[in-house]
Amino acid sequence: MPKPDSLQGSLDLLVLKVLSRQPRLHGYALMTAIQARSGEVLRVEEGSLYPALHRMEEAGWIRAHWVTKDNGRRSRLYELTPEGKKQLSAEESRWLAVTAAVNRVLRTG
Amino acid sequence: MSLWSRVVNVFREDRLSREIEEEFQSHLEEAIEQGRDPEEVRRAFGAALRLREESRDARLIPWLDSLRADAIFGWRQLEKNRVASAAAILSLALGIGACTGAFRLIDALLLRPLPVAHSEQLYALARQGIGPEGKPQTFDGWAYPDFQLMRAAVRDQVELIALSYSDRIDLTYGSDQEFEKAYRQFVSGWMFGSFGLRPALGRLFTESDDVKPGGHPYAVLSYDYWARRFGKNSKVIGRTFRMDKNLYQIVGVGPENFTGTEPGTMTDIFIPTLMHPGAVHRDWTWMRTLARVRPGVALEPLAAKLGSVSRAFEMERAKGFTNMPKKELEDLLNLKLVLLPAAAGVSDLQTDYRRPLAALAVLVALVLLIACANVANLMTAQAAARAREMALRVSIGAGRRRLVQLVLVESAWIAFLAAALGGVFAWWAAPLIVSMLNPPDTPVRLLLPADWRVLGFGLILTVGVTLLFGLAPALRALAIQPASALKGGEDPHARRRLMHALVGLQTAFCFLVLFVAGLFVATFERLSHQPTGFSADRVLTLETDTESPQSPDNWEQVAEHLRALPGVERAVVALSTLLAGWSWNNFISVNGAPVNGVLAYMLSASPGWIDAMRIPLLAGRDFGPYDTYPGSAIVNPTFAKVYFNGENPVGKSFDVVFSENPHLRFTVFGVVGDVRYRDMREPILPQAYFPFRGLDARGALVSRSSAVFIVRTSSPNPMAMASILRREVARARPGFRVSNIRTQQEINESHTLRERLLARLALFFGLVALLLAGVGLYGVLDYSVIQRRREIGIRMALGAPAAHIARQVTTEVSFTVFAGALVGLALGMAATRYIESLLYQVKATDASMLAVPSLAILVAALLAALPPVVRAVRTDPLTVLRSE
Repeated sequence: MPKPDSLQGSLDLLVLKVLSRQPRLHGYALMTAIQARSGEVLRVEEGSLYPALHRMEEAGWIRAHWVTKDNGRRSRLYELTPEGKKQLSAEESRWLAVTAAVNRVLRTG
Repeated sequence: MSLWSRVVNVFREDRLSREIEEEFQSHLEEAIEQGRDPEEVRRAFGAALRLREESRDARLIPWLDSLRADAIFGWRQLEKNRVASAAAILSLALGIGACTGAFRLIDALLLRPLPVAHSEQLYALARQGIGPEGKPQTFDGWAYPDFQLMRAAVRDQVELIALSYSDRIDLTYGSDQEFEKAYRQFVSGWMFGSFGLRPALGRLFTESDDVKPGGHPYAVLSYDYWARRFGKNSKVIGRTFRMDKNLYQIVGVGPENFTGTEPGTMTDIFIPTLMHPGAVHRDWTWMRTLARVRPGVALEPLAAKLGSVSRAFEMERAKGFTNMPKKELEDLLNLKLVLLPAAAGVSDLQTDYRRPLAALAVLVALVLLIACANVANLMTAQAAARAREMALRVSIGAGRRRLVQLVLVESAWIAFLAAALGGVFAWWAAPLIVSMLNPPDTPVRLLLPADWRVLGFGLILTVGVTLLFGLAPALRALAIQPASALKGGEDPHARRRLMHALVGLQTAFCFLVLFVAGLFVATFERLSHQPTGFSADRVLTLETDTESPQSPDNWEQVAEHLRALPGVERAVVALSTLLAGWSWNNFISVNGAPVNGVLAYMLSASPGWIDAMRIPLLAGRDFGPYDTYPGSAIVNPTFAKVYFNGENPVGKSFDVVFSENPHLRFTVFGVVGDVRYRDMREPILPQAYFPFRGLDARGALVSRSSAVFIVRTSSPNPMAMASILRREVARARPGFRVSNIRTQQEINESHTLRERLLARLALFFGLVALLLAGVGLYGVLDYSVIQRRREIGIRMALGAPAAHIARQVTTEVSFTVFAGALVGLALGMAATRYIESLLYQVKATDASMLAVPSLAILVAALLAALPPVVRAVRTDPLTVLRSE
């Protein structure tokens, strides 16, 4: 299965996009959401997801807070910040431009 | 999150790791709940450690985090070797503290720019050439009329500012009973404006305050004086005080940080130059001249122009000299005018202490280097013990950069702890040394701010020191070969060679410091044991002023009153005090012959002065009560030698030659022993003493408004009588007022203050250097004995005698110490050239000057070597060999 991070920068885009639709997700839910929405094509590895989340949090695109679940355990929920929304639209248009260009190359071939 | 949060995260790294762990855990559980295989999920996470690192690094600043980790590790290393670390830190602290303290002093006295606008444009005018005593001289004294001519000549190019030498005077804000002392400086009215200074209160002078001689009785107080004397009372404006018979009005207070232009003296009161009585005299040189040279004005042509104006002035003045020797006149006219940079102000203290402070700075820098060598050796020895640890770190993947960082951070710990301690030391020491620069009577007052200049110096020093002793071990860490280090096969000799080289260096520096200290101590010893030719025991000098000039009879009457007091052995009146910095000289002509160019030095005193000062009478007699000036004279043997070819001068006559007056004739009544007149270092001067009772050209008695009572008390502590004498002078005759009381002893000692300070400090640092070098030697020997335990054990097992072992252990180090001492000796010989002017009757080649440091180092080396040698000799071969 292709990994999303094999396409440069697409993991950030996927995470931001999912969070813009469904705020307040924890890491595992994000992972499964990406998997489900991509029709089980894209699978995010834990080893890539968490460093990316923490990096984006540092960058201020998403923010996180702890909630206590019914079983007494805590989990960390992520949501988009206004800055993250801007970043999302920027990434989205960049992605579209790149894929359009790639498609043009494929068609001419 | 921001940069700040990442910095914060560095310091709550535990919590961060816990949170990341918790998040992963919750992820795992979630996944398992969803029915995934626990094993598979765990595998998916990959190397948990690496993952955590990555996440952590995203949320903090990695380099800062590693620095923090190294700092903690370094601290633990220091704690592990507590004694060694404390010794290293203490010795470095002493070195850094001494250097910082020396820098504070040098900066405050010599480097710090005056707090005025564009201080870098300031230059002092001085004349260089052959002085009236036939020696090369530089003097910066000017006559005001000369200044006015020069100012007019260069007006469009530069601004000239006249500044008197700051002097300590008496003034009163109330009645005559309430005179007090203050430092006064006459300054050009336009000085404040030119310096860009603003008043803290009232107004400052302008050009219009300095127009008419004697016409501007106004004063500006310095901020410091205003705060000290008046508690910053704003009502001070308009108050008046009396000084030199004039009534002055306070018009303003200067800005807070401006304390005059003479580092070492803080001016209290500024007065316009034209209020100085000398302002109208062509032959009074009482002031300095500063030039503010705008950028772009060339100095050479400017100096030449000023010089020609000044020479024309002197030539005009010389027309009136009928009696001046031709040679003197030529010297006077050949003086070359120079412009000396004066951004840091100009003061005699600067001239006196420039060289001594430079010498001290070199000594303390050497002590610091010795301390650095010690620490470097300590670190090298520790690095040897840690070679395996380092190799292990490299093998499991630590970056070499990280290793260098680890070692440097540890060095930085030592250096910064030492710097903090040293800062405290400098804080305490610098004011203490300032208080030793001048006699307690006229203390040096020097601003010693601890600002960015001093802090910056301390910081640079600390970083430099860190690199100096940390770099070698750090580079060693860089070059580590894990394979050979883990096998324990690293070359131990390389390390030992480095340590020995450092011991050699320490010995050389130590020898140099001790050698120079020896020279200074010997100089002080010889100078302070110079015979003065008179006895200062129990002698008090009472500088006395009168409201109006008083006849010699009235002065004598007061002296007589003092003589009658219990506890007073002798009391006489004199024009001045020996060695008090005052001098009066003229040329002498015998039998109308032309003068020989040697100046005679003079003093007038009442009958009994010779006896009171315990100066031996060699021939003839003392003055009687009716002997007068001119007429009678007493001379010293040097005078007889210079002017009478060594013949007995009693009964013979000579003329005192004045440059603009007729000759005055004197007959020699007596010859007294040679005494020190002005200075302790120069050869004895030809001296003549005259009666205090003076007659003017018309034969009338000359009245005086100031003189000195010389009182020999019977009490061993003459100062105990000071207040009684002060009161009795005022009681003896109305209008007489004692302005200053000093013991003759104190006056004499003021001539060796600089030498005493140098001797004490140099001796102190010499001992410190010796101690540090001794500790260093001990450390290195001890280390090498431990390293060679196996070898020693085998030798002893094979039957080597103890003496053999001891020699084996010490041969190499003895050679190093010997070589170091030789290098130190060579350095010392080379250094004497620079400190020659500070020495007195001491030669660097004196056997004793070389023997003392050699002996000291020998003894210290023996003491330092003893414990390791004993340890080596006591090595038990069985234990050593069994442990291997």
